[in-house]
Formats: sequence, structure tokens, C-alpha cells
Amino acid sequence: MLDYSILIEHWDMYMQGFSNTLKASVLALIGSLAIGTVMAVFRIAPIRPLNWIGAAYVEFIRNIPLILIVFVFFVGLPAIGIRFDSFTAGTLGLTVYTAAFIAEVIRAGILAVPKGQMEAARSSGLTYLQAMWHVILPQAVKIVIPPMGNQFINLVKNSSVLGVIAGLDLMYFGDLISSETFVTFDVYIFVALFYLLLTIPLSLGVGALERRLAKSR
Amino acid sequence: MIYFHQVNKHYGDFHVLKDINLTIQQGEVVVIIGPSGSGKSTLVRCINRLETITSGELIVDGVKVNDKNTDINKLRRNIGMVFQHFNLYPHKTVLQNITLAPMKVLGVPEQEAKETAMYYLEKVGIPDKANAYPTALSGGQQQRVAIARGLAMKPKIMLFDEPTSALDPETIGEVLDVMKTLAREGMTMVVVTHEMGFAREVADRIVFMDQGRILEEAPPEQFFANPREERARLFLSRILNH
Repeated sequence: MLDYSILIEHWDMYMQGFSNTLKASVLALIGSLAIGTVMAVFRIAPIRPLNWIGAAYVEFIRNIPLILIVFVFFVGLPAIGIRFDSFTAGTLGLTVYTAAFIAEVIRAGILAVPKGQMEAARSSGLTYLQAMWHVILPQAVKIVIPPMGNQFINLVKNSSVLGVIAGLDLMYFGDLISSETFVTFDVYIFVALFYLLLTIPLSLGVGALERRLAKSR
Repeated sequence: MIYFHQVNKHYGDFHVLKDINLTIQQGEVVVIIGPSGSGKSTLVRCINRLETITSGELIVDGVKVNDKNTDINKLRRNIGMVFQHFNLYPHKTVLQNITLAPMKVLGVPEQEAKETAMYYLEKVGIPDKANAYPTALSGGQQQRVAIARGLAMKPKIMLFDEPTSALDPETIGEVLDVMKTLAREGMTMVVVTHEMGFAREVADRIVFMDQGRILEEAPPEQFFANPREERARLFLSRILNH
């Protein structure tokens, strides 16, 4: 049986970790969606140098372990005078990393929109960006919801990387409680439950969104 | 209005358009016919630079289409285009399909854009579908919305790229009727089609293409009664006698 006294006695620490994990996830989600969308458009736009920037971003970032990218923000940039607290460094690393995967998901979505849509939009005088924003992306969004849900769930779980650099997240407080109480199993089970508290509603939410958009064609 | 001079286009090794010379006056209705793969669609798509030309000169509405300094978006405002597969925006209602470009490109206020859209929807005969989504419409209705969408920009030229080829035989007529009305009102139109009845009735001039070349240009009475080129004769006999 789980020792619930651990949960009760360390409730404040769990809560602080939970809220920081939630905060890091939400911030990284918004940031990586923005960067990912820009990079996806870069890769597709009919401008060569932008294609290269987009491709370089995706290929470098997604092929490096997350922890190393976090270290860039945690120890790399501070070495040249740009300092962040550990929470910020971790969240930035998570954002930059996840953006590479989201860029690929969005790119696939954009490419799945029939070519005639862009032609119709451009031939009516819309600029490339207007056509992207008003015509292509809204259709791409529907297509990418299922794989995007995967990315969001991975993002929440990957936020545990903050624990490694004392980022005050769930994992960090889990380690702290464990080292204070010398209990491991129960402490981390509660940590896992808190992660599920975030990821399961997220899964359900993505599923619901998918069904709703499928109905609205 | 539209002036092709010695225009050539290559897709890699494939020579799609060969020494095209063609002048289209304001208010003229020019119908381009010819076997598939003859370059008809490519020719029309060059006019609003959906395709770029490899060499030669192409001037539309006084603007060199392929000049580096040409603001292509500005030129495209004046050229409406209707596609074989309609290309309506499936996530927008009929009304939103029509108002998007006037609002975003011309900066027309929403209310005015809606009124203009309704005017053109009445004109193409489906004002009752204003709030429907394109998927709820028949092919003929979708194509009429696409025409209204093009007209809402009040263009000087309308391009039609096989506008009835993807339609049920039953709904072809309703689209052709809209096009005939437009032609009578003096719109400059370039139409790629296989509808010979339409060509005969509405065209000021028939342009016959084969293998990337314009083989013959003639008024419809003359072209259909007595085509000059052997290839045109063969094409007509195949398309008319089946």
C-alpha cells in the first residue's frame, strides 16, 4: 500500500512542482507552436535561404538530446554572459527542442493541403503569408491534430528534464522529497500520478478536439 | 489587354509552350481549345504568373508579368481565375470565400464586402447558399461560387481553366449560362474548355493549340465550319462526332 503520509506531509512541495511543471509545459507549448509554425513555413516558402534556415533548425535540434539543448541555456549561454534561472533555462531548452518536432508535424500538414488552395488564394491577390494564414494553416491544423497531441504529451513528460538542472518542477521536488525521507518508490509513484493528472486530460482534450473538427469538416 | 510575344516555356526538358504570339483585346472572349497536353492550361496560367515563362514577352494590363519589379499581387487583383476543381476554401462559408480577398487585398470593410458578395451570389443564382460550406454544394454550385469569388474583386480579366471539366453533365449548363452572361456584359475572358457549343456561341475568337503551339486562330464561325489546319480538323471531327 502507498504511504499517503508522504503525500500529505510534502503536499506543498508536490504542489509547487506540479504548478511549475504545468507552467513550463504551457509556456513551452505556446513557444514551440510559434517557433514550429515559423520554421515549417520557412521550410516550405519559395525562398531558398529560408528553406535552409528551416531545414538546419529542424535537423540540428531534433538530432541532439534534449538535455544537451537545456545545457546550452543553463551553462552555455551563461558562459558568454547571458544568464537565466534554471526554470527559464529549462523551459527555453524544452521550447527550442519541441519546436523542431512541431515544425515537422506542421510542415506535413501544410503539404497535405491540396495545391489548388494556395493557387486560388494567390491568384486572388493575397500575399504568400496571407494565403498561408487565412487559407492553408487553418486547413493544416485539422490534419495535424492527432500527431500534434503526441508532441504535446511528449512535451509535458520531457519537462521533467528541468529536474536535472534544479528547475523546481515535479521531478526536482520528487528527488528532493526522496532524499529527505529516504523513500523512493512511493515518492515517485505520486510524481507519476501528478504527471498523469496533466497528460490524461491533455489526451482526452486532443481527442475531443479531433472529433469536433471532424464534424465541422 | 493581354499580349504574348514569342513566349516559350520549358518544364525541365519538356518544351510546353513554343513561340506563342497572341494578343487579346479588352472585352474580347477568347476560347482556347486543343487536345490535352497541348499547353492550353499552361498558357492561361502564365497570364497571372501561376506559371513563369522561360523566354519572350508577356504584358498584361500594361504590366510586364515576369519583370522583377512587377508587384504580382497588384496585377492579380485585376485578374480573376476559375479552376477546374473550383478550389473553394473548405473551412470557410460561401460568403467568407467571396469576401476574403476583397477584405484582405483591397481593404474593403466587412459590411461592404458582404454586400458585394451577395450581389454576385445573386448574379450566379445562389444567394440562398451564402452561409453554407462548399462541401454542402453541388459541383455546379461550387463553380458558380468560384466565379462569384473571382468577380467580387471586380477584375478586368477573367481566366477560366476548364471550368466545366469536373462537373456532372447536368450542372454544366448552369455554369456556362453564368459565363455567357459575363461575356455579354463585356468581360475580357480567356477560357480553356472542351465545350464546343459554348465556344461557338460566345467566343469572339478560337485559339487552337497542339503540342505547345498555337496552330490556328479564327472567329468561331470560320473555325468550326472550315478549319484551316489539318490537325484542327482531326481534333474537331473526333470531338464533335462521337
